Amino acid sequence: MELKEKLVSSFLAFENKGNLDLDSNVHSLRLKAIHNFEKEGFPTKKNEEWKYTSLKSILKKDLGLFPSTDKSIGFKDIKEYLINDIESYTLIFIDGVFNSFLSDTTHDNCDVCVLSSALTRPKYKMIVDNYFNTIAKENNSLAELNTAFTTEGAFINVPKNTIVQKPIQILNFSTGIEGEVMLQPRNLVVVGENSHVQIIERNQNLSKNTTLTNSVTEIFVHKRAIVDFYKIQDDTKDSSLIDSTFVSQKQQSVASVHTYSFGGKIIRNNLEFYHEGENITSNLNGISILNDKQHVDNHTLVNHKYPNCESHELYKGIYDDKSTGVFNGKVIVQQEAQKTNAFQQNNNILISDGATINSKPQLEIFADDVKCSHGCTIGQLDESALFYMQSRGIPKKEAKALLLFAFGNDVVEKIKIPQLKSNITKLIAKNLGVDLGFDL
Amino acid sequence: MNKFTEDDLKKELETKEYEYGFYTDIEADKFPIGLNEEVVIAISKKKNEPDWMTEWRLEAFRVWKEMEEPDWANVNYEKPKFQDISYYSAPIQKKQLDSLDQVDPELLKTFEKLGISIDEQKRLSNVAVDIVIDSVSVATTFKKTLNEKGILFMPISDAIQEHPELVKKYLGTIVPTSDNFYAALNSAVFSDGSFCYIPKGVTCPMELSTYFRINEGGTGQFERTLVIADEGSFVSYLEGCTAPARDENQLHAAVVELIALDDAEIKYSTVQNWYPGDAEGKGGVYNFVTKRGLCEKNAKISWTQVETGSAVTWKYPSCVLKGDNSVGEFYSIAVTNNYQQADTGTKMIHLGKNTKSTIISKGISAGHSQNSYRGLVHVGARAKNARNFSQCDSLLMGNLCGAHTFPYIEAKNKTAQIEHEATTSKIGEDQLFYCNQRGINTEKAIALIVNGFGKEVLNKLPMEFAVEAQKLLEISLEGSVG
Repeated sequence: MELKEKLVSSFLAFENKGNLDLDSNVHSLRLKAIHNFEKEGFPTKKNEEWKYTSLKSILKKDLGLFPSTDKSIGFKDIKEYLINDIESYTLIFIDGVFNSFLSDTTHDNCDVCVLSSALTRPKYKMIVDNYFNTIAKENNSLAELNTAFTTEGAFINVPKNTIVQKPIQILNFSTGIEGEVMLQPRNLVVVGENSHVQIIERNQNLSKNTTLTNSVTEIFVHKRAIVDFYKIQDDTKDSSLIDSTFVSQKQQSVASVHTYSFGGKIIRNNLEFYHEGENITSNLNGISILNDKQHVDNHTLVNHKYPNCESHELYKGIYDDKSTGVFNGKVIVQQEAQKTNAFQQNNNILISDGATINSKPQLEIFADDVKCSHGCTIGQLDESALFYMQSRGIPKKEAKALLLFAFGNDVVEKIKIPQLKSNITKLIAKNLGVDLGFDL
Repeated sequence: MNKFTEDDLKKELETKEYEYGFYTDIEADKFPIGLNEEVVIAISKKKNEPDWMTEWRLEAFRVWKEMEEPDWANVNYEKPKFQDISYYSAPIQKKQLDSLDQVDPELLKTFEKLGISIDEQKRLSNVAVDIVIDSVSVATTFKKTLNEKGILFMPISDAIQEHPELVKKYLGTIVPTSDNFYAALNSAVFSDGSFCYIPKGVTCPMELSTYFRINEGGTGQFERTLVIADEGSFVSYLEGCTAPARDENQLHAAVVELIALDDAEIKYSTVQNWYPGDAEGKGGVYNFVTKRGLCEKNAKISWTQVETGSAVTWKYPSCVLKGDNSVGEFYSIAVTNNYQQADTGTKMIHLGKNTKSTIISKGISAGHSQNSYRGLVHVGARAKNARNFSQCDSLLMGNLCGAHTFPYIEAKNKTAQIEHEATTSKIGEDQLFYCNQRGINTEKAIALIVNGFGKEVLNKLPMEFAVEAQKLLEISLEGSVG
């Protein structure tokens, strides 16, 4: 049975089984979503937005939809995937189920808890009704699929004038004890006026089995709030990730989403920013370092609807072996969005002949008094720089790694949590196959 | 009673024959509307084409029938009804006018601004002039020079008769019949077009242009152009005309194929100024053109285009850089005003080693128009040391228009070096103020700034075209200030 049929036919069983409130708004959202998904199905390469990424190889796998969880997972199994040398709130999900023993949640000042309780408790009804599934795009069939099967994920609600002192780590583990699985985490983040929060998200497969994660995150940033969201994607080579993140911003807010893609079979990042006020700043940063037959597709959209807003987009890619990188950045400047500053840059280095990069930086501009530009380059390492370093006794591999690190450094520099920065630096070193600190 | 003499009989027969002849003429020259295999065969018969050509057209028609009209371009228009078009009609005899006084004064004003000579004005607006004889003689001299060099320059329908081996070898090789919807349609029903062959090592001594070509008539809606530059040759080809062409045809689906063999160079310049519709966006020509060139070893193809006309433009002059060390260039200015829509750009397909391409695209949008750049740079796995530089700049005038950029960049070789940059801006108020202050009125100042903006492209046009094109830009943007 094809995965699509399997999903559609198991939807009823899923709704009945999960003790879900069938009268709630969420139920009707689910029903609508499954209908839309049934109509649309999985995207194919014929879809312009999926021109360079094919899901075929994952979809033919027999993925288990409701895996039972491995209860034996302890802190020692997941320790290496956490950033430990920093105080933080943690939300740990194992095979889609929240693990309260390993997690560290809070309800003081702000809510850092799980979506399942938010969806069912009357206390949060207003928030859920106001925000849940309001910006997840309707014509994105994978987001629809996630909506239909929403059960669990992170729920972060920061009230007005609150600075969340500790960063929040969200980790989704799959254990694959029952073979190949599909997970659909769903996160909802609401940040009130003048508040500030930092979030780190990571998906990790602990087994050698195939995993497909179809994740959706909705982030609402109110007036003058600041949100930093870091995504670490350094999974096993049998894990695939489809991540759709939607950000809605109110006036004078600053939202930054950083994506670090170092590993996975197929990674697809849909990142969309919607502006709902003036003087907004949106930052999109990304770095991809791939080898083997890995595939990363970064799809971004910044929709400028109001005047005096800014967006800065910087994506760097380093591709080795037979890996493929895709960048599709779209900036729309609507007619009312005068005085917009939109910058988009995509730089790529191809290290081997088998590697491919497909880049499509798009601008759609309907306002005249704007400053918009985009740049895209594809090139390789400077041979003379490499020679210079080698002639001074630095081995070729290290010299190469140093140059590549320097190439990606302006993305790494944007990380505001020092511990995370050193963590990312280590991951870069690991993925470049060298044992260097880089913090020279 | 007069006797019915032999002379009378002769006279009567003559008259009758004339009447009859006239009648059949109409019958044959105007096909009923609609398109089916019979119509395609009839067009082919009409042109007295050999069997292989008829078969080729039929093949294209069969492919076309299976295809759907593309809708991915960033343009909105009412789709033409392909079964409501008559696919063959002899050139419409326009009413000959006696003097320029009878010509639309608007048209004359434009001519004046473009600086077109009185004689040429008359010719363009279909006024009967004696000078025609002169221009024929001019054309004949040209023809003589070309003949001496062995250059073939003729309507493609003649080429099919006279040089079938060349046409058969190259027609449809770069733009296959199944390439796209409009190319397939064109292949099935094309009425005429130009054919040009430059023999080995010959540098064509003059700019070849459809302008000077005799036997020009009736290239019609579906024009087919085939230019072959044999090894080591050079040709510069001009197409179109700066004068406004008030064509009533709604749909233009032309195909242009360029073939540059080893060490050859083709420079192809286009100035397109079809009727863009009125200020409310009614009427106007749909210009759906497929243009592509093939570069063999060390060959070079350079496309230069100035697009100011047409209600809807859909056009991507492309280069397939197959041979090692080949070079592709694309220089474009696209101006849209009122309700015009343009979706134009290029494709540079790097296949050979050390191939280079340059893309300079300047879009200017005013009024309610939408102007898109859509380009592809593809570097194949074997294209070592491929180099591309792309720059696409947009200038927006007024806040009701749009400028869009859709670049596709695909690299499969690690030695590829690709740069792409794009900017969008408007005419600075300080720039305008500076000009005003020095006594240049706003309209002139805008023309000045726009010409400066497009200079990199205008410089690539042949001399006499460049002068006219500059003025054309000015006219196209008239009334967009406010």
